[in-house]
Amino acid sequence: MRVLVIEDDRETAQFLQKALNESGHTADTAGDGDSGLMMARDGAYDVLVVDRMLPKRDGLSVIEVLRGEGARTPVLILSALGTVDDRVKGLRSGGDDYLTKPYAFSELLARVEALGRRAEPETQTTRYVVGDLVLDRLSHKVTRAGETLQLQAREFRLLEYLMRHVGQVVTRTMLLEHVWDYHFDPQTNVIDVHISRLRSKIDKGFPKPLLHTVRGAGYVVREGDG
Amino acid sequence: MADGAHVAGLGRHFQAPLRMALMAAALLMPAAALFAYLIGSQVDQLLSDRTLETLRFELQTLRAELDRGGVAALTTAVVKRSDSAGAGLYRLTIGEGHSPVGNLEDMPDGVQSAGGVFKVRNAKDQSWHAAVGLVVPVPGGGSLLVARDMEDQRAFAETLRRAAFGSVAVLSLIALAIGWLASRRDLKRIAGVTATSRSIMAGDLARRIPRDHSGDELDLLSANLNVMLARIEELMQSLREVSDNIAHDLKTPLTRLRNRAEAALRDERGLAAYRDGLEKTIEEADGLIQTFNALLLIARLEAGAVDSTRVDCDLAALVTDVAELYQPVADDAGLEIAIDAGQAVHQPVNKQLIGQAVANMIDNAIKYSAATPTASSGPIMVTVRSRSADVVEIAVADRGPGIAEADRERATKRFVRLEQSRSRPGTGLGLSLVSAVARLHSGGLRLEDNSPGLRVVLTLGREANAPPLVERTPAVDAAGV
Repeated sequence: MRVLVIEDDRETAQFLQKALNESGHTADTAGDGDSGLMMARDGAYDVLVVDRMLPKRDGLSVIEVLRGEGARTPVLILSALGTVDDRVKGLRSGGDDYLTKPYAFSELLARVEALGRRAEPETQTTRYVVGDLVLDRLSHKVTRAGETLQLQAREFRLLEYLMRHVGQVVTRTMLLEHVWDYHFDPQTNVIDVHISRLRSKIDKGFPKPLLHTVRGAGYVVREGDG
Repeated sequence: MADGAHVAGLGRHFQAPLRMALMAAALLMPAAALFAYLIGSQVDQLLSDRTLETLRFELQTLRAELDRGGVAALTTAVVKRSDSAGAGLYRLTIGEGHSPVGNLEDMPDGVQSAGGVFKVRNAKDQSWHAAVGLVVPVPGGGSLLVARDMEDQRAFAETLRRAAFGSVAVLSLIALAIGWLASRRDLKRIAGVTATSRSIMAGDLARRIPRDHSGDELDLLSANLNVMLARIEELMQSLREVSDNIAHDLKTPLTRLRNRAEAALRDERGLAAYRDGLEKTIEEADGLIQTFNALLLIARLEAGAVDSTRVDCDLAALVTDVAELYQPVADDAGLEIAIDAGQAVHQPVNKQLIGQAVANMIDNAIKYSAATPTASSGPIMVTVRSRSADVVEIAVADRGPGIAEADRERATKRFVRLEQSRSRPGTGLGLSLVSAVARLHSGGLRLEDNSPGLRVVLTLGREANAPPLVERTPAVDAAGV
């Protein structure tokens, strides 16, 4: 997908551009708010990565102007300001996701890819199917190879989020934010434990595992080997 | 030179009250003069009116005398009255050729046809006295003047006028003196505030404004300024602590990070070693970021810089939710979490911060219990209790090693880390963060003996009747100020 990185720190911008390109995306960079806004208007980007503090025009203002013009391109805000209030302010300006500096590139990549996917027409799916794993959102039933699996409410939501992002890496933080609605540091790798529980329910006893761990990044649900 | 400077300093000290006193005098003195003048003229007027009244009555009596016995009887009466001692003045003429009868030989100047105020020469000391009189015609072309020497009254009115002016002037002077003294006292106290603020600006943050505990406005102002100063000192202190702790908590992992990178570079194995070294470096960096974030959050909470966007929240549900997040972690460690949350407990809180605090408490409990054999003697108890309408208590009790009583209070202090926490995974800032979150919600953090184990109690909110920040003196409260 095409990504525009609006970031005033040249080194960071170049690092992101290179890393995004290596991950199979096409990335452009803009060094200030005004040129970023112009490029965002002209180029058909799938995702914008916007630093909150930019010269000439700050990041939130870039987003507000774009949204005011009717642009629906998903935006990931990068910021050194990390409190809940900063986050709320960022999302209120029209951003879709918020990442606090310093961040791991794997976290940024996972979020950019999740946002890019979201831009595609959202089908009101009531069933997610990955291989022989089926999750029915209406009846809250999960089956694997026709066999009903007993999942707890939270496990169901965890699997639902993973299956909605099938083939995409989701990070621990993304899971904590979306499945639990927590925006804090849980100290321990609680998510890993929840994932291993879920894995023992959906993969144990089946020849092909569907829930894979992506080292240094997070988890992914997909057919085939991870 | 030095003396001059000292005197100049003193002069400046008295300048303001003196200026105020002079301004008050400039306003009060003309007012006193006007007051005295008005009193005098009022009394004068009153006395003249009463004298005229008496004169009219006397004229009636004399007319009765004339009606009864003619001019001869009138003359006798006038002569008789003229001779008696007193302030009465008479002059009766009975037509051309007769010499006037009475104690006034000449018709005084300024007497109108009907009478009025005029001057007469006193028979005894030849001085001019003021008099008021009435003139009536007498049959046969004569006239009768009946008058009163007003000198005594004049003197009385004058005395009154002087007394009024004098007393008002003296009262004003006393008022001025009191005002001067009072303002000098207050200004001296304000000078005390100035002196204190100067020495604080010079760096002596422990200085406080002297109070006289009178409970008046200045005293209350001083009290409130002192509370503010205490808060500023606290903030400065915490800032210093933050920088000290950042230095302390980040330098060690930074050194480790650097050593690791260097070791990887020196490693003979080449690529595999680089890869391994870099991965460990990233791990170390992530730990650093985590510590840094925790430090920053605590500092911001302590400074009250977090705009606590509070929403009404069911704490029982919130705590249950967080405890459930940790349930599988506890299971894996062979521990059990028992939740006793009871009914819904609503309070306006910052949900994410409370979540973080409860997570830290449970995480600590799991970490320390997991390493202790006695931990199997019971589950980790998580309780939510509403203590009153305003106060909620969230407690996490474990069967771990606990904290020695001597260390307990210290452990909840800002940034204090007990030695034992340094060897464990995590930032070791967990309880400091919980404490900071508690303070932000007007609550506190308490560590208790769970015998065996530790009971961490987080209270949120404060009793509505709890003492306010600044205690007002009873005198002020009684006055209803």
